[in-house]
Amino acid sequence: MPAKAADKRRQDVSGPSRGKASKAGKAGSKKRDEDASTEAGDALGDLARALVKSPDQLELTEAELKQEITRTLTADNPQAPQNIVRFSFKEREYKLVDYLDQTAIHFSLNGNLIPKDSDEGRRQSIRSNIEAEKAPDETPAETSEQAEIKDEEQAGDTEAAGEEEGGEEEGAAEEEAEAAEAAEAAEAVEAEEPPPPKAPEKKLPNQFNFIERASTTPFNPLREKGCQTEPIPSLNFSATIHQWDIYDAYVEELQRMEKAKEKEKSKPQAVKKEEEKRGLRKLSHVEVQHVEPITRVAKAAKIAERMVNLNTFDDIAQDFKYFEDASDEFRAQQGTLLPLWNFQYEKTKKLAVTAISWNPKYKDLFAVGYGSYDFMKQGHGMVLLYTLKNPSFPEYIFSSDSGVMCLDFNSEHPHLIAVGFYDGNVAIYNLRKETSQPSYKSSAESGKHSGPVWQVKWQKDDMDNNSNFFSVSSDGRIVSWTLVKNELVHMDVIKLSGEGTMQGPEGLQLQTLGCGTSFDFHKKIDYLFLVGTEEGKIYKCSKSYSSQFLDVFEAHHMAVDTISWNPFHLKVFISCSSDWTVKIWDHTIKTPMFVYDLSCAVGDVAWSPYSSTVFAAVTTDGKAHVFDLNINKHEALCTQLVVTRKKNKTTHIQFNPVFPIITVGDERGLITSLKLSPNLRKMPKEKKGQEVKKGPEVEMAKLEKLLSLVREPEAKAET
Amino acid sequence: MEETEEEKKDEADYKRLHSFPLIRHSDMPEEMRVETMELCVTACEKFATNNESAAKMIKETMDKRFGSSWHVVIGEGFGFEITHEVKNLLYMFFGGSLAVCVWKCS
Repeated sequence: MPAKAADKRRQDVSGPSRGKASKAGKAGSKKRDEDASTEAGDALGDLARALVKSPDQLELTEAELKQEITRTLTADNPQAPQNIVRFSFKEREYKLVDYLDQTAIHFSLNGNLIPKDSDEGRRQSIRSNIEAEKAPDETPAETSEQAEIKDEEQAGDTEAAGEEEGGEEEGAAEEEAEAAEAAEAAEAVEAEEPPPPKAPEKKLPNQFNFIERASTTPFNPLREKGCQTEPIPSLNFSATIHQWDIYDAYVEELQRMEKAKEKEKSKPQAVKKEEEKRGLRKLSHVEVQHVEPITRVAKAAKIAERMVNLNTFDDIAQDFKYFEDASDEFRAQQGTLLPLWNFQYEKTKKLAVTAISWNPKYKDLFAVGYGSYDFMKQGHGMVLLYTLKNPSFPEYIFSSDSGVMCLDFNSEHPHLIAVGFYDGNVAIYNLRKETSQPSYKSSAESGKHSGPVWQVKWQKDDMDNNSNFFSVSSDGRIVSWTLVKNELVHMDVIKLSGEGTMQGPEGLQLQTLGCGTSFDFHKKIDYLFLVGTEEGKIYKCSKSYSSQFLDVFEAHHMAVDTISWNPFHLKVFISCSSDWTVKIWDHTIKTPMFVYDLSCAVGDVAWSPYSSTVFAAVTTDGKAHVFDLNINKHEALCTQLVVTRKKNKTTHIQFNPVFPIITVGDERGLITSLKLSPNLRKMPKEKKGQEVKKGPEVEMAKLEKLLSLVREPEAKAET
Repeated sequence: MEETEEEKKDEADYKRLHSFPLIRHSDMPEEMRVETMELCVTACEKFATNNESAAKMIKETMDKRFGSSWHVVIGEGFGFEITHEVKNLLYMFFGGSLAVCVWKCS
């Protein structure tokens, strides 16, 4: 029964698929039909059953089913390609190959049959016939000769026998035997005579009992394979030259060279720098285009870059994490700075570091501002963000037309950086955005400063949740900028009016404005801040009063470069100046608590974040000084040359809020990071039995103790 | 007399000024171009009177260095139409009056 079903299926398949039936298929089905014809009766009976179709069977309409398609067998190979193009080296061009062999050889074997009629065949047949004739002739000749010999011998024997009648039968027998032997010998001789002429045609008689054996080695069938190389790409080129062509070419070239020389000499440097900048910008555009294919692997490439850097700077990373200078135990009042990574970028080699700031959120990321302190040589500026994880290349690069003088991270929005420029503008860069341009920038209409902006500092978000920051500049204004609806709105907070008035033309009384060079806001008391000026005065101001100062300190003889409140003690601040001094103040007392003369202009000073009595300063001779008031009130714990190059001044210093390292920037665009040795970061000693109090209160108490020592003698002196 | 002297001076100046090798057209890579140019200058200076020897020297050196087969033409006035392998052509002027064309085509 299953067989019948199979038959029916076959019939059904062959029916609808007649459209695509191949000859082989037809032949097959014919056979099956023949087989099935015997069961035709049963098959008809089974037609009533349901048709079984394969699921992917082609559905054809009735008309198509009845359509007759003739199929012919041709000798063409359907698999052979019909449009082969080959490069003809002769004609040096691609040509269509006209005719292709349609035969596909699957197996070939060289045989060794020769047709009878050919020359070779005839030769061979002649040879074999001669052999056949000669063989039967020779044997009767031999036998007849042998018979004659025998007769003669026998005749000879009978005669001998007759002579010696009745004689010795043995002798006769012997004679016969001898005669027989002689006859045999004669036969043998005779037999030997005819064989020599037949030797080439007859096999040697097997007297020595040897067997012939032959074999052939396994034979590798040969296959033909052809290949053609790709044609070498070539171009046509033509030209004509005469003497005048050569002359003209040379003259043109000379002119071009002269023009280039003139251009270099005649253009002033600023214009040249403009071209450089344009070149830079063009480069950045070009780079953007080229960067696109690499963005897909950007993340992987970044990780790979960091890994490679970690491997390269492995020993520095180990030092950073684990190295503690053991010799500090023996040097009670001395410490050292261990140089770690150097951060450098080729485009900033001619720029000085003007500001360093650590990111409040990512402890290994810091921003560096580049510009120029030289009044005469002002160029472009850059802001680079480096991470400790990749000392070879900055993470973010922003370039600007004017030199960057200061920058600050927003603590609530760590992706915003406020930057102050030499030309008086301020800008906000957004790290989340891909562009290298600032997100917001002030301009002449929106109230930029008329002098370089020396410091910017973010404030807490105001009541409308708008970020705002303050900037201080040489034009004597302290301006508060608020980010309102994608715009920078400015508001003058205070004007630094100088002491006394000046006589202007026509007897006008002019109010002079002091030039602010630095400021700092109090950590706890929100409205209180200090401003340092170029004349060396420090003003204590409040945000609420715009024209009057709370207090004035006659601090320095030259411009106040940096002011900083102590992170722990609420009353203490430090100031440094180009007059070689660093002074520590209590803001309630007019005279400084501590004065340090560093014998060289001090570029920057910073409190350490972990101790209230430790601070560091850099001087323009390339040295970094670290002080700890707890240990030594009069001298630095560590004075170390940070920058090796001559004529290189160190300009800024910053402590990392978490790790025990400091970063120092210099005039050549180089940032050096140094690790503080243990002596420089001493915490209060544990007394046995007592709990060690950690935290700001301890620090405050520590400093308070020190200050009281200083204050009391003064109080006594005053009274 | 003075004029001829001046003319001679001018010629000498011109020769001095215009003798440097000036590449007119080349599609070789930078290194190859510089090397070939140096070679041509050396050959032309060595065989200043005989263009054929100079060309022979250049061609043989190029064959050894960059593979066969190179063709070199040196002269003061000629026109040409050649087929060359891509990135293997140098056409330059030298010595104020000589033109050298070097190309590879197998």
